[in-house]
Amino acid sequence: MNPTMTPGEEKTIPQTRRESKDESREPVPNVQRSTLDPRPSTASTDTALTVRNLSVFFGDNHVLKSVSLDIAARAVTAIIGPSGCGKSTFLRALNRMHELVPEARMTGEIRLFGDDIYAPGIEPVIVRRRVGMVFQKSNPFPTMSINDNVTVGLRLNGLRDRKLLAERTEQSLRMAALWDEVKDRLHAAAISLSGGQQQRLCIARALAVQPEVLLMDEPASALDPLATSKIEDLILELKKDYTIVIVTHNMQQAARMSDFTAFFYLGDLVEFDTTRKIFTSPAKKQTEDYVTGRFG
Amino acid sequence: MEHFDMELDVLKQKLLTMASHAETAVNEALQALTQRDRDLALRVKDNDRVIDQFEVEIDELVIQLLTKAPLASNLRLVTTAMKISQNLERIGDEASKIAKRARDLSQEPPVKIVLDLPRMTGLALNMLKGALDAFVNNDPAAARDLIPHDKEVDALNKQIHAALVQHMVENPDTIGRCLHLMVVSKSLERIADHATNVAEDVVYLCEAQDIRHTGAKSGGKIAP
Repeated sequence: MNPTMTPGEEKTIPQTRRESKDESREPVPNVQRSTLDPRPSTASTDTALTVRNLSVFFGDNHVLKSVSLDIAARAVTAIIGPSGCGKSTFLRALNRMHELVPEARMTGEIRLFGDDIYAPGIEPVIVRRRVGMVFQKSNPFPTMSINDNVTVGLRLNGLRDRKLLAERTEQSLRMAALWDEVKDRLHAAAISLSGGQQQRLCIARALAVQPEVLLMDEPASALDPLATSKIEDLILELKKDYTIVIVTHNMQQAARMSDFTAFFYLGDLVEFDTTRKIFTSPAKKQTEDYVTGRFG
Repeated sequence: MEHFDMELDVLKQKLLTMASHAETAVNEALQALTQRDRDLALRVKDNDRVIDQFEVEIDELVIQLLTKAPLASNLRLVTTAMKISQNLERIGDEASKIAKRARDLSQEPPVKIVLDLPRMTGLALNMLKGALDAFVNNDPAAARDLIPHDKEVDALNKQIHAALVQHMVENPDTIGRCLHLMVVSKSLERIADHATNVAEDVVYLCEAQDIRHTGAKSGGKIAP
C-alpha cells in the first residue's frame, strides 16, 4: 500500500514496464568534491539509490535520457531544472510512480540499497513502501482524522494493534514536528489543519510506514515562509535517518537544505555535484546560466 | 540586460570608480612626497573621505544584492566586490598616511640618504594597477602573475628599514624625518599587500579557486 495513493490508483499500475534490464552498466563520473568542502559530516558514504542509464518515455516523448547517478544515503539530494526538464519524472521513476501515466515506459536500472526495484516480480507497492513520496500540494485524506491519516498505510497493511498504531502515530507525528501542535486533537479532521500542518501531516503519513527513502516534489512551494522554514528544518532533521530526494524550483531552498544537487535540462542530467560546488562554481555553463537566472 | 545584471553592473562601476580614486590617492601622495608639495599632501588626506564613503556605499549595495540571493558567478562577484572595496579603503588609508608624512617632511630639510623608494613605489603602484586591470579584464592569469612581486616589495621594505636605522644611528638629528620615511616605506609595503589581496580575489572571482594561504598563487618564482 502506498499511503499517498488511493487504492484505485494502485490497481491501475502495471506490474513492470521496464523494457530491458541488460543494458551495460556505465560507471557514473565521480562527483568532484573540493578538498575544502568534504562531504557534509551528516551525510553517509553509503549509496541509497544507484541509477544507471535511466530513460523514461511517455509515448514517443523521450523525457529522461540515459541518466546515471548515485544518491547518497542519509543526505539530501536536490533535483533542479526548468519546467519540463524531467526532474519530476526522475523522482517518480525512483518509486515507480511514473507507471501511473499511460504509455509510460522506462529502460535502465535503479537499485535501492542494491535491490533492483524494477526486477520482474517486484510489486510497485513494495517499492513505494520503501520509497515514500510527498507532493507539492498537501493531500491528506479529507474525510479522515489526523490520527487515521497517519495510520492509514499501516492499517491497510493489516496492522490492528491499537497500542502499536498509537505508538507509531506519535512517533511519526513527532518526526514530522507536528506532534505538539496536534496531540490534543488527533481525532479532528485533517483538513482542519493549516496548509503547512497538512503538509507535515503528509510527511508523517509517509514516515509511518517506515520508508528508507523520502521523495519530495516541491513540498514547500505552496507554503508561506514560516511554514516553509518548518518543512526545511524538518527535512534537515529527517536526513539523519532518511535518504531524501527533493525536487525544487527554489534555488535558495536547494542551497539551504541539500548536500548534493543534480541539474536536469531537457531530459539530460547536465551536472551533479555537491550543492556548494553547484551554487558557487558550477562546471557547466548551462548550470551557471540556470542558477544565475539567465534561463529557465 | 536583466534588472539584476544591471544592478551588478552598477556595483562593478562603483568599485571601478573607487579603485580609480584609490590609485590616484597613492600616486598623488607619492608625488607630494617627492615634490615636497604640502598642498597636494593635504588634498590627498582630505580626499580619503571620498574613498571611505565609497566603501560604505558598496557595502550597502552588496547587502542589498545579497538579499536577492545571487548564485554562482554572481555570488562570487558580489562577495568579491565587498572584499575588494575593503582593500581599496585600506589602500586609501595608506595613501593618507603617506600624505601626512609628506606634509610633515615638506616642512623640514630633506634627509641626505639614498633609498630605493622610487623602485618600491613603482612596484607597489604596478601591483595595484595590475590587480585592478585584472579585475576589469577578468584576467586571473595576470592576477596570478603579479602576486610574487609582493615578496620583492617586502624585501625592499626591509632593505630601506635597515638603511634608515643605520642613518639614524649615524645622524641622530634626522631621526624624526627618518621615522617619517620608515612609515612611508611600510605604507608602500602594505599597499602591495592589499594589491595582492585584490589579485587573489580576482582569481577567486574568475576561477572559483581560493588561493589564499595555499602556496598555490603562481606557477613559478619571479626572476631575481
